[in-house]
Amino acid sequence: MRSDREASAPFGLKLAAAGGLLFLHVPILLIFVYAFTTEDKTYQWPPPGFTTQWLAVTWNRPDVWEALTTSVKVAAIATLIALVLGTLCAAAVSGSRFFGREVISLLIILPIALPGIITGISLRSAFSLMDIPFSTWTIVLGHATFCVVVVYNNAVARFRRTAGSLIEASYDLGADGFQTFRHVVLPNIGTALLAGGMLAFALSFDEVIVTTFTAGQQQTLPIWMLEELVRPRQRPVTNVVAMVVVLVTLFPIIAAYYLTREGDQVSGAGK
Amino acid sequence: MIAAVSFENVSRHFGSVKAVDQVDLVVQPGEFFAMLGPSGSGKTTCLRLIAGFEQPTTGAISIFGERAEGVPPYRRNVNTVFQDYALFPHMNVLDNVAYGLKVKGVPRIERIRTAEDALALVRLPGYGTRKPGQLSGGQRQRVALARALVNRPKVLLLDEPLGALDLKLRENMQEELKALQKTLGITFIFVTHDQGEALSMADRVAVFNDGRIMQVGTPQDIYARPASRFVADFVGSSNVVPPDFVKRHCQRDGWGSLRPEAIRVSTETNGTGIPARVVSVSYTGAATRLGLDAEGLRLHATVPVGAIVPEQGADVVLSFGANALHVMAADA
Repeated sequence: MRSDREASAPFGLKLAAAGGLLFLHVPILLIFVYAFTTEDKTYQWPPPGFTTQWLAVTWNRPDVWEALTTSVKVAAIATLIALVLGTLCAAAVSGSRFFGREVISLLIILPIALPGIITGISLRSAFSLMDIPFSTWTIVLGHATFCVVVVYNNAVARFRRTAGSLIEASYDLGADGFQTFRHVVLPNIGTALLAGGMLAFALSFDEVIVTTFTAGQQQTLPIWMLEELVRPRQRPVTNVVAMVVVLVTLFPIIAAYYLTREGDQVSGAGK
Repeated sequence: MIAAVSFENVSRHFGSVKAVDQVDLVVQPGEFFAMLGPSGSGKTTCLRLIAGFEQPTTGAISIFGERAEGVPPYRRNVNTVFQDYALFPHMNVLDNVAYGLKVKGVPRIERIRTAEDALALVRLPGYGTRKPGQLSGGQRQRVALARALVNRPKVLLLDEPLGALDLKLRENMQEELKALQKTLGITFIFVTHDQGEALSMADRVAVFNDGRIMQVGTPQDIYARPASRFVADFVGSSNVVPPDFVKRHCQRDGWGSLRPEAIRVSTETNGTGIPARVVSVSYTGAATRLGLDAEGLRLHATVPVGAIVPEQGADVVLSFGANALHVMAADA
């Protein structure tokens, strides 16, 4: 759209781009294919035949439902915690200047930069030290550490683009703190929070490493899949679940992408 | 009569910085009051103290007789037009203007009617459904004005209200603001660093420097009788002349202020007066501005259109009326 003439990329570049895309997405397509194979003990190529029976089998497996429920619950609660804490952190860091502000900003972002193993081990030893039994709640806490970062990053970027004088203007016109939050702050950061929340949910939903270290007997969906892989029977069930996970995590991420993009345009037009 | 706004020995310190330093100030009801000063002189902090965004470190602030310290901005009958207008980008123009009424619980029908009246007042009728992003700078300024005025404030504060507008628009808005203030009878307090704006719009002007008020007076007072060298220099680029010059020409003590337009420049070098040489000549439209070297003293003079303009490097003789040289009391 930027140039008038239809510039065409060289053939080699097109080939490389196609190769890159195939490399990224063929394995995912293979998962989809194997969800419908008739062979249930090995991943045989080409599949000897296609069937939709595994959808029904998966539907009737209680362990799948249990793992799915745990995952959704953990992701939902971790996202909720992250939304509250992340927004508050972002408001504090962007709203005022104080000694050590940059350090605090860095410390909030750190959990997502650290390898999951470090987060996992440190949380596990912390929970042990404090005699906290491993449960769904320890998984939630583990996930909240990196979910906060995602929400914080989204919210802080939006806060920076939202002029501080808007809040002062609201006070000036007679709105108290709550009314200002409700009518001015929330509408301005709303899409950023939605996007951050969706990303946080998606991250939590397929997290393995931190979960491994912070779970007791509970199985989230990814953990269940790992264990299922070593079992010899009904292999396509794993693929059906994997397919569902891809779809469940894909839609929020696409939605988040469009929401934040739209938000950019809105705030840009205001200037 | 109760003062609209009064400051008694008010200071606002940020750490070791004295943004506002022992200021005493009285603004009368219905007055169009200007706070004039260079950036960092404390004028905006004073405005924010009245609005309630800042609290004084020491001193007392009263708004129509009521003490204002500790009262949050949303409980003050004072509204502000912000320098960047601060219109809510997610609301349309009508919702922006009606916001103050909405948070006070005014019913929807009534607040829409009042907001439309306010838009008509600032000559933007029918603009209610637009978003602030679709308006020009001048229109946003009017919306910000309507949004503040719709609450019927006792005092309207304007923070560099015309700073972001281009020259033509600025001149129009100056006249409109002044007319609006006369019609409504509301006390207007506005902050500006533009001395021309302050002199042309305000009933009275307070000149700020380094967190202190240097002089308060009518534009005529401030311009013709500056109290100090700073005021003389800042308001209208006066010639500040040293005590020995003053002593020689009017036998009084102290620093003097000599307006450029009060100096007569004669090319007839045999006349009486101060001999000088023209150092620079610059044409400004309504007049020509001369830089002069008079007995080692740098002076500026303006020559009106139609008068003979000497060339650069020419020898001239300067003279001025007995009343033109104003002797200042303060040394600073």
